[in-house]
Amino acid sequence: MIELLAPALLAGLAVALVAGPMGAFVVWRRMAFFGDTMANSALLGAALALALQINLYLAVIAACLVVAVALVGLQRQRQIADDTLLGIVAHITLALGIIALSLQDSVQVDLFAYLFGDLLAVSWRDVLILWAGAATILALLAWRWRSLLSITVNEDLARVEGVAVPATRLLLMLLLALLITGAIRTVGVLLITSLLVMPAAGARRLARTPEQMACFASLIGLVAVTLGLTLSWHADTPVGPSIVVAAAVLFGLTLLRKPSS
Amino acid sequence: MTQPLVTVEDAALTLGGQTVLENVSLTLAPGRITTLIGPNGAGKSTLARLVLGLARPDRGRVTRRPGLTLGYMPQHLRVDESLPLTVDRFLWLAAPGRTRARRDALQRTGVAHLRRRAVRQLSGGEMQRVLLARALLRKPDLLVLDEPAQGVDVAGQDALYGLLGQVRDETGCGILLISHDLHLVMARTDQVVCLHHHVCCSGTPEAVSRDPAYQRLFGTAGMTNLALYTHHHDHDHDLSGDVHGNEHDHGAHHHGGHSHD
Repeated sequence: MIELLAPALLAGLAVALVAGPMGAFVVWRRMAFFGDTMANSALLGAALALALQINLYLAVIAACLVVAVALVGLQRQRQIADDTLLGIVAHITLALGIIALSLQDSVQVDLFAYLFGDLLAVSWRDVLILWAGAATILALLAWRWRSLLSITVNEDLARVEGVAVPATRLLLMLLLALLITGAIRTVGVLLITSLLVMPAAGARRLARTPEQMACFASLIGLVAVTLGLTLSWHADTPVGPSIVVAAAVLFGLTLLRKPSS
Repeated sequence: MTQPLVTVEDAALTLGGQTVLENVSLTLAPGRITTLIGPNGAGKSTLARLVLGLARPDRGRVTRRPGLTLGYMPQHLRVDESLPLTVDRFLWLAAPGRTRARRDALQRTGVAHLRRRAVRQLSGGEMQRVLLARALLRKPDLLVLDEPAQGVDVAGQDALYGLLGQVRDETGCGILLISHDLHLVMARTDQVVCLHHHVCCSGTPEAVSRDPAYQRLFGTAGMTNLALYTHHHDHDHDLSGDVHGNEHDHGAHHHGGHSHD
């Protein structure tokens, strides 16, 4: 049992750990729908990787970044509202990704695994890559924490105080793309947003500072992954959705607490 | 003559098809308080954004002294309710130095007791003082304040302008003040620039108040106010509005009604 569960647990924990602070930024900057759209484009990236026989992770990061940068560009126009635009792009990329995956006749592709994750299928090699990725993201977050927080509070003040605003915004998107790439094999593209948003939203009620909120979010995510895997093991439920349900329950519990300000 | 901090030469800017600024020139020197007055929508904030480097002119030129440190106090700042942030953390974003420096800056603007308070719980006037503390914390060469007297009562305004004069005297920084209000400001400033998309007139407060262009824009009410506010103060208010020194009934001054649309 432990041989089977250990890689799954370690992989899930790596994603949850990073999803804490990244989720906090998603919540602060109201980027939930944006993250969703990026996650959907990850599927398109995965399909391209299979078709062109290139590295899955690189293709997914590239697809996420291209869509993210294109979205930022498109949001400058004023004809279509931001959420409408995201709704359109999210579903176009999802549809194209699924079509592209279905066209691969040389390989049997488990679409379900990409959409909802297949944590039990991760290898020790995946675990290593995920933790290396997690360490990279956390290091970059720590290195640029003040700038990232500063542009989140107020971009004008940040710029006046010498923060490179566009570069910092790009860094945040790059980190989000990295996280989604890691998550595609674990919780899947459809569920990653919930792992970003729910722990952070729950942590909001417990925290007094941004740093506390990021740490609590990580903690909630770690517990959710552990509980979800346990549920999945005992009740034979799909892993990804089980983790999301566990996160939802934890979020519900935080609602019982009076919000601190 | 000392090198100017910022020079704006013949700047023009069109936003959304509307000419906001046209042929605007402005020189900001160290140790000088410049007040930008003009009716609502005259382009005052936009000109300040040009000075700060937050916007670029379509035509003309903005030159900043190399290595210039800017302090900026925006008109409004709203922190998203999803972001838990104490006043101390908010100041830390501008200058990550010692707690001592942040406490001193807050002391200076009269709100030391708010250091551990959540930013979202601050009243409008308290937020203004916290924003000013954040701007001062960076020891700026040029301090730009957009409507600093908003939400502050008359006694508080008096103290605020007194503090700005003090900061200028101690550090020799230049100050650019924006106001659509003529109270107090005129009497406490070295240079007044009257803006209505173009510079209507500029010079010392006395010269500007006699200028026909100024009188057309503000009517005679502005003049009356100026006359009232060139009186000598025989007492001081601190920023929380307490009166120090001689008994002095502020209600005795008539702050004549004025309107400018």
